[in-house]
Amino acid sequence: MSSNKTKPILPRNPGTDFQLERFCDIQINRSAVEQRCASYGTRRSIKKDKQAAWLIKVISLIDLTTLAGDDTNDRVRRLCRKAIHPLNEQLVKKLELESLNISTAAVCVYHEMIAGAAKVLKGTGVHLAAVSTGFPAGLSPLPLRIEEIKHSVEQGADEIDIVISRRLVLEGKWEELYHEVRMFREACGEAHLKTILATGELGNLSAIAKASQVCMMAGADFIKTSTGKEPTNATLPVSLVMVRMIREYYESTGYMVGFKPAGGISDTKTALQFMTMMQEELGRRWLEPDLFRFGASSLLGDIERQLDHYSSGYYSASYRHPIA
Amino acid sequence: MKLSKSIEELEYSQALESDKEAIAWLESNGRKFGQFIGGEFLFQKNADHIKVTNPADSSTLAAIEVADDKTVDLAVTAAAKSQKSWYKAGGHARAKVLYALARLIQKHARVISVLETLDNGKPIRESRDSDIPLAIRHFYYHAGWAQLQESELSGQEPVGVVAQIIPWNFPFLMLAWKIAPAIAMGNSIVLKPAESTPLTAMFFAQLCTEAGVPKGVINIVNGAGNTGATLSAHPKVNKVAFTGSTAVGRAIRKSTAGQSKKLTLELGGKSAFVVFEDADLDSVVEGIVDAIWYNQGEVCCAGSRLLIQASVEDKLIGKIKKRMETLRFGTPLDKSIDVGSLVSDTQFKQVSHLVKSGLKSGGNLFQCEKPDSRKNYYPPSIITDVDSSHPLVQEEIFGPVLVIMSFRTQPEAIQLANNTRYGLSASVWSENINRAMHVAPALIAGVVWINCHNKFDAACGFGGVKESGFGREGGKEGLYEYLKPIQAKYKATKGASGNMASSKSNDQHSTSSEIDRTLKFYIGGKQVRPDGGNSIPALNFDGSISAWVGQGNRKDIRNAVEAARKANGWASKTAHLRAQVLYFFAENLTVRKDEFIKRLMETCGIKKPEATAEFNATVSRLFSYAAWADKFDGAAHDAPYRGITLALPEPIGIIGLVAPDHQPLLAAISLIAPAIAMGNRVVYIPGDPYQNIVLELVSVMETSDIPGGVINIVTGDKNELSTHLAGHGEVESMWCWGDNKLNKNIESISVENLKRTWCHQNNDRDWRDISAGEGTEFLRQATHVKNIWTPYGD
Repeated sequence: MSSNKTKPILPRNPGTDFQLERFCDIQINRSAVEQRCASYGTRRSIKKDKQAAWLIKVISLIDLTTLAGDDTNDRVRRLCRKAIHPLNEQLVKKLELESLNISTAAVCVYHEMIAGAAKVLKGTGVHLAAVSTGFPAGLSPLPLRIEEIKHSVEQGADEIDIVISRRLVLEGKWEELYHEVRMFREACGEAHLKTILATGELGNLSAIAKASQVCMMAGADFIKTSTGKEPTNATLPVSLVMVRMIREYYESTGYMVGFKPAGGISDTKTALQFMTMMQEELGRRWLEPDLFRFGASSLLGDIERQLDHYSSGYYSASYRHPIA
Repeated sequence: MKLSKSIEELEYSQALESDKEAIAWLESNGRKFGQFIGGEFLFQKNADHIKVTNPADSSTLAAIEVADDKTVDLAVTAAAKSQKSWYKAGGHARAKVLYALARLIQKHARVISVLETLDNGKPIRESRDSDIPLAIRHFYYHAGWAQLQESELSGQEPVGVVAQIIPWNFPFLMLAWKIAPAIAMGNSIVLKPAESTPLTAMFFAQLCTEAGVPKGVINIVNGAGNTGATLSAHPKVNKVAFTGSTAVGRAIRKSTAGQSKKLTLELGGKSAFVVFEDADLDSVVEGIVDAIWYNQGEVCCAGSRLLIQASVEDKLIGKIKKRMETLRFGTPLDKSIDVGSLVSDTQFKQVSHLVKSGLKSGGNLFQCEKPDSRKNYYPPSIITDVDSSHPLVQEEIFGPVLVIMSFRTQPEAIQLANNTRYGLSASVWSENINRAMHVAPALIAGVVWINCHNKFDAACGFGGVKESGFGREGGKEGLYEYLKPIQAKYKATKGASGNMASSKSNDQHSTSSEIDRTLKFYIGGKQVRPDGGNSIPALNFDGSISAWVGQGNRKDIRNAVEAARKANGWASKTAHLRAQVLYFFAENLTVRKDEFIKRLMETCGIKKPEATAEFNATVSRLFSYAAWADKFDGAAHDAPYRGITLALPEPIGIIGLVAPDHQPLLAAISLIAPAIAMGNRVVYIPGDPYQNIVLELVSVMETSDIPGGVINIVTGDKNELSTHLAGHGEVESMWCWGDNKLNKNIESISVENLKRTWCHQNNDRDWRDISAGEGTEFLRQATHVKNIWTPYGD
């Protein structure tokens, strides 16, 4: 989408030294966090034209994702084309969006699919993200995990979504976690690093907050909630905690780190609650693709239907929109 | 469809809730309302009118007629006429009516919410998501209590006709809080809504008939302070329940003094919001939004005094200021706003004036940008660099204005939090359970929230202590405000009644004991001579002198209260220990059985069986309250959230006991034992005759491990001494058995610090009758219930 190409490029988060004192005392109150989250949907209203505008924005923030064992080059090619042309032409015309060249932010795939996807995406401005480091469990040997990143970057991925070692969080080995993520960051080189916390497996909100801090210190460009494979994925409370840590990190270091909720965000209503949360907690700047992504596969379909309804006044059938 | 600009801006919608239905309802009533009396809408001839405006745009919504004295009398009469049959209809019949009201309100929830927002200026989000659902919940919850009344509240009956006066900040919610428990328990009511926000009450009136509320059970009269005064002073009103300002609460207390009316007052506050360094500060910030900017800060329990531990003060203030940038103002019907309009021009001027004049004493004001030039929108504000002596820290502002101070340690936090004449609510913020659960009971308030603020539910009691009033609304504890014990009438028997022969002049007295005995006061654990140096004879029933006792004065009362104040450690002793002390007291008293029986016979002129019965009842009573000491415990209320609300009975503090004139031994223990069993300290003034009897107990007390100052006894003129006691600011409650004049006097004087009063006719009960002379009624009077909200989850 044209607007994100013209936004000034942010300095990457270089990370900091490992500073235990910056996060060891963090305690998060779950009830209070949940109460706040319950209010995003009721305190703010996004309707009609505004809703259409926000949803188009959401499209530009999507990492259109396929992470299935049965992925093939054909399937991925179809996904990439959908990423480049997320809305059907009639709709684009009706909504007068031609000049905006709307696309999703990225396509997100397994390593084996990178080469095929890179061919389709080349020159389109759509980023290519690969999940890495023994995704989703992250339990393969560390040297292999590092090698995997390098391979993916060589193949053409410019964004790497790594999984952290959950055991290091659960065992309180924060410094070891820091060094692991540091190594991943180095292996990424120019490619941007998204660290997946797998929040559904970290125990509680305080651990999520601490893991967020450690990943940012280690140089994460984004912190991401989930692989989509854990029992619970991107919930608002977990996201609010991570977003507050991003704010904290920005206030103390001056570096803006991105946020990517992933897994379970499949309808517009939920997506808009996330958008509202970002707007309220971090402000307008964090609603750009260099700082905010949705890891999603079926969300786009729901947005198309909503936009179709907006333009025609009628609810559309899903089969009228090309599948990804 | 040019969306590109909107895509760039990403702004929220102005989503206006439609007021069409609400306006149509106003129109269908000709935008004019009278009174709702005896199930009919009534208009007076030549009535005065009050204009009802929408504060957000100053448009006129309707006009209400002011109920004159005659009309108020009509309403009270209608209530009185209906009450007996309403009670007799039974709990299930009442439950059905309350249930129907809940359903009907639910059915019309949207139009009531809109009407409320139009009338009050509060955001539609709050009336829609908070006020009206909570009101519905109150009717459902109390429908349940009506159903269970016969089995769970036996021994109690409705007080009768209740006058209820409610404020403008939560017009419909307060209506529900007042009406639901009152009618559930079988009372009839006359409600007066605030003159600036009467509309939802009139809507409710129309639902009453549909719900099957019998004529006269619910009556609503409109008008301002004068109407309220007429209503509350009406002789047929048995109880007044008031929510509003402390000043008006005082006036009501004064005007109803001596009328034997039950009273609950839910008044102002300056509630502390205490943040420790180990709190989740981002969540604290949202808590502050809920505490002080909810309902534009026009909330009696608003967290308006922020106390921050010094180590995180700057950090938290920075976060608050940042958060203030994203607060949204606007038309109250817009669903995307956080803060709406103050309720009236008057309130806006009041808040502006208070802040402006307060700042002359120092302090730094930081405000959100004013939303627009329309009047009545007061910007959310914080004031830093103030301390406890600052007028803005002392006074209730009743607007979106937060004062901020810091503290160093936990004890200092508690001290600062309690350094106010109010005691409505407080919140504690800490992730340390040890700290939170230690601080919450130490905060002097009726409601304490842990890691949250402004949470309410029908199952949890709400109400204050100190100058925030007394009585509870919600929970089982709230029901007793609308009940009274069923009590047999007492016919005084000869001798025991104190109808003794009139005093002969001193030189005619004969002394019954051989050695002249002068019994001293008992103050601070010591036997003390009267300050004035005068003694008076304590007479036997036949006019002969039993002993000499001190003639107490104002200074003796002061000394007694001071001793009681110093004995505050008694409250924190374990209930087990207090029980042990009472058992020991009983044990030591038993040793002197023969002596006390003889004294009772000689002094009161009663026969041995009667004296023995009184003595035995006295020992039994001590056992009863020793038993109760560790059994009158609290409850865990089940409110709809993940957490529990602990309802803890806490001692009131210092209670002044003014005894009846008969059964001098048993009456003394019947009053002293429940009070001290619950952890209070007492100053006891015996009834007029037989003052020696209670003083004879002193030597028993002295051997029973009762810490000095827990029980203090001053003898002398009952009327004079109790007047001094009622006027003392440290005394939190007065129990009095006196004549009309004394009771009236005590109730009026107690206005000064708004102490609780529990006044009775001198001879209203036989203290030997267990159902009248002991039990939970006494324990409830000896405690107030603190509700501590503790959400949990990690």
